[in-house]
Amino acid sequence: MAMATREAYGKALVELGAKNKDVVVLDADLSKSTKTADFQKVYPDRFFNMGISEQDMMVTAAGLATCGKIPFASTFAIFATGRAYEQVRNSIGYPHLNVKIAATHAGITVGEDGATHQSIEDISLMRGIPGMVVINPADAEETRQAIFAAAEHYGPVYIRLGRMAVPDIHDQNYKFELGKGEVIREGKDVAIIATGIMVAIAIEAADKLKEEGIEATVVNIHTIKPIDKDLIVEVAKKTGKVITAEEHNIIGGLGSAVAEVLSEEYPVKIKRIGIKDQFGQSGSPKELLKYYGLTAEGIVKNSKAILKIS
Amino acid sequence: MNKKENLKRIAKEIRLAIINMISEAAHGHPGGSLSCVDILTTLYFDKMNVKPDNPKWEDRDRIVLSKGHAAPALYATLAKKGYFSEKILSTLDKLGSILQGHPDMKSTPGLDMTTGSLGQGLSAANGMALAGKLDKKGYRVYVILGDGELQEGQIWEAAMTAAHYKLDNLTAILDFNGLQIDGPNREVKNIEPVNEKFKAFGWHVIEIDGHDFDQIDKAIEEAKATKGKPTLIIAHTIKGKGVSFMENQVGWHGSAPNEEQRQKAIQELEGSGV
Repeated sequence: MAMATREAYGKALVELGAKNKDVVVLDADLSKSTKTADFQKVYPDRFFNMGISEQDMMVTAAGLATCGKIPFASTFAIFATGRAYEQVRNSIGYPHLNVKIAATHAGITVGEDGATHQSIEDISLMRGIPGMVVINPADAEETRQAIFAAAEHYGPVYIRLGRMAVPDIHDQNYKFELGKGEVIREGKDVAIIATGIMVAIAIEAADKLKEEGIEATVVNIHTIKPIDKDLIVEVAKKTGKVITAEEHNIIGGLGSAVAEVLSEEYPVKIKRIGIKDQFGQSGSPKELLKYYGLTAEGIVKNSKAILKIS
Repeated sequence: MNKKENLKRIAKEIRLAIINMISEAAHGHPGGSLSCVDILTTLYFDKMNVKPDNPKWEDRDRIVLSKGHAAPALYATLAKKGYFSEKILSTLDKLGSILQGHPDMKSTPGLDMTTGSLGQGLSAANGMALAGKLDKKGYRVYVILGDGELQEGQIWEAAMTAAHYKLDNLTAILDFNGLQIDGPNREVKNIEPVNEKFKAFGWHVIEIDGHDFDQIDKAIEEAKATKGKPTLIIAHTIKGKGVSFMENQVGWHGSAPNEEQRQKAIQELEGSGV
């Protein structure tokens, strides 16, 4: 089955709302797209539509948090992190308030609306804020568990969600652990460290590599901050070669975070797959992924390059 | 001493503390700190339901100093109220102090919100008021706005939110001293008519002299009695109030007095008849 992580977010919120009465949800006139409308239907009293005013929404969420609420402030990633950046930094991050920023329609796969709506810097912006936890789930079940983990963690959390449906990687037996990476596949030749929607694509790439006799380790880094240093070093030691894959600018996101860890702890050759420091454009999500090389073929090509196999 | 005289005495002591703090730190914003003293004094020493020995008491009235650069006024008020020792005031802005240049709720006991980035305080106060409504609590939320910060777009987003959600447990007090860093508001970018603007946004608006304790008292009571909408009290104040050479002077927005100026200011404040 395939489901967009934003859909999973909406469902998880309803489930969470029943368990935790302190959970409140805010949206900025996008509740049908962010799926917070699901929560609004069941808990209208705990839902606040702030209209098209993301800056106001973020700081209102901060005010609610000072009174013991656990606000989930929801809008598109570009507005959550770009439009309201300083509000998030100064009124949520600095006072370390218990606000969860749920940002949907992240990355280029928001698609046709084009570059203005495609957030490719959000991970970078959010991980630069001291104390901010940054989560980028790979599928529906991981999103569900991440939402619960975010609610249990005291402090600001950024959760990056996508518009388009992504294949299921995890089932209900999966155990999400904040700050830990997940080894999905073991292989000695190359490590593919992926996040978000790129995890499923990395698995697909590993299958293709296997057909050519190349054994790839696939790691899912769902928590970009705090990042699982131990696991990253471990797979780098094992393979000596690392590929990162993200639907984000290669500057400031997962690739940078992994490079920071490895350059200090265990320098190895790294290739970063992502948006290569350029703005996106309109197109269907699939076309865009292909255009920017965020495909299994793209990962295979880069894996071979790093292994110096043509 | 009657209530009003007592409030005047406290306000004078707070003004003295502000001058001393900013002089010792050699940094800070005396003008806008002195203009909001009478408002803060009335709130903390007459109107607000707070427990200095239990700063996080959940039923307390809350205050957000949206014009966060007036932090010295709030710190001096909190110390006077007993949240922490008045001796600590001399550590303002110094490395490791619990008194940061702008209010930091993690550092200072009694602070309900971190502020300093203009235009954000009203939204935070709205959040507190919404939580109060949701939990059916009786507490009230006060927010002190600066006039210059009305130029921030977020203020108007928040003004809509407060009216939309009928936040009658919220009172905004505008410390309207007319000056901002680059000059008078009307020259930098006119904010008037404030009264009509807020009314059009769905607020109840009261205009007062922000240094007249009777008027401040009456306005806060009127705000409490107003149902179904938030109230804005436009308090007309004097920037640098109480120190003759600072009054209505743009230059005293963000500069600290030297020793000679400090002595002169103290002399004037002490000589003021209370």
